[in-house]
Amino acid sequence: MTAPGLTLTGSAAFGDTPVFGPLTLKVPAGQWTCLLGPSGVGKTTLLRLVAGLDALTHFDGTITASDGSPLPGRLALMAQSDLLMPWLTVLENTLLGGRLRGDPPDKDRARDVLSRVGLGNHQAKRPGALSGGQRQRVALARTLMEDRPVVLLDEPFSALDAKTRAEMQDMACELLKGRTVLMVTHDPGEAARLGHKITVMESSGLRDVTPPPGAIPRAVDAPETLRTQADLLAQLLRAA
Amino acid sequence: MRGLWKTPGASIAGSALLAILLWQAVVSLAAPPSYILPGPYDVAETLITQRGQIWHHTWYTASEVLLGLALGAVLGALSAIGLAASPLATALLRPMMVFSQAIPVFVLAPILTLWLGYGIWPKVIMALLIIYFPVTSAFFDALMRTPQSWLDLARVMGASRGRVMRHIRIPAALPGLASGLRLAAVYAPIGVIISEWVGASQGLGYLILLALGRVKVDLMFATTIALAVMTLLVYAGVDRACRRWLDRA
Repeated sequence: MTAPGLTLTGSAAFGDTPVFGPLTLKVPAGQWTCLLGPSGVGKTTLLRLVAGLDALTHFDGTITASDGSPLPGRLALMAQSDLLMPWLTVLENTLLGGRLRGDPPDKDRARDVLSRVGLGNHQAKRPGALSGGQRQRVALARTLMEDRPVVLLDEPFSALDAKTRAEMQDMACELLKGRTVLMVTHDPGEAARLGHKITVMESSGLRDVTPPPGAIPRAVDAPETLRTQADLLAQLLRAA
Repeated sequence: MRGLWKTPGASIAGSALLAILLWQAVVSLAAPPSYILPGPYDVAETLITQRGQIWHHTWYTASEVLLGLALGAVLGALSAIGLAASPLATALLRPMMVFSQAIPVFVLAPILTLWLGYGIWPKVIMALLIIYFPVTSAFFDALMRTPQSWLDLARVMGASRGRVMRHIRIPAALPGLASGLRLAAVYAPIGVIISEWVGASQGLGYLILLALGRVKVDLMFATTIALAVMTLLVYAGVDRACRRWLDRA
């Protein structure tokens, strides 16, 4: 699997109201790009446009993959809400994508993926019996099960407590290695830890910020990471 | 002692006892003739002495109710799925369904008897008609309320419409179907009784009219109690089945 890079160029409007202006977002192949910005600036709309989900917003522009092949069928999506089906077990939720496509269920691989997210012993439970962090790990397992080269993350860890969030960031980094990841977040600390590339989205457009040095996930207490986090927050405050 | 009333069994028994006491109080104080209002003792005596006859007609009515419920549930559920799958079907059929609800279904009872005779079928169809709309409507509304985020996820996963219906929309809407079925369980006996009044040779509706004709008011009361108990048991059965298979905590 070779993950392609993505390029989005254009502008979006909802009726007569512009959502985001003419802009170009480049998502490098096989790396994490963190799109950071205040609420309501259009970052989730942008992500949904890439996912091919937004039918109400008018998008004037192009979304292309660096290898020239079409994107649909090569994306996986993980959202803030875990989107687990409450009537299915953890294992069945992990197998949902295949079930929805009519593929034969690959239970061995699903079990393997679940043990990689540390839920090997919870396969028969229903989501209601899990903690928030465990549920989001099932969502990660379901995303991994899709095995798509491009992964879109829409604030997937924002509802978790600080410790669980940091653990999930580490786990997602390790398990999504080599894939092209576009992550929307409003957390400067998350962007500083995870972004190979960090882009701030404001109403005036996009601005790239130099990420801290080092491989991701960066240590939460590394001085450069903390400085970048503070800089990003200061920029968000200025922009508001 | 105070905690005892919080258990459902004690609460029901206490409530029933209170109702019987009030009933007896009215009979003792107003002393109406027994062909207007018989006392609890007379009615209980009739329930025991006539139990063979009452049981026979209760069973007959119960089978009509259960058959009507089963057919109405299946037909209503299938209709809801068909409507939810096709916006065109919804646009064409939903106004017709709502309009049909403006016709009081009871006026159909004589027509059904004319078409289907005096046997079990006009009663079953009547029960079916009276529960079809609540079942269809409750399930359809639930099918149309699938969280958009689940549908988005399915779309990114490359799901077909049919599989989204089968694996996400229908399971997500089953609690809605359950609330429709609970309503149906209390409506179905009403349809059956109306239909039995129009023309029947068996069943509790028939027995009530027979008792009225012979001024056996105690039998009318006993039959009414049998009908109420039957309806409660049908409801309890449906409720239990819904909890077991359709509801989610």
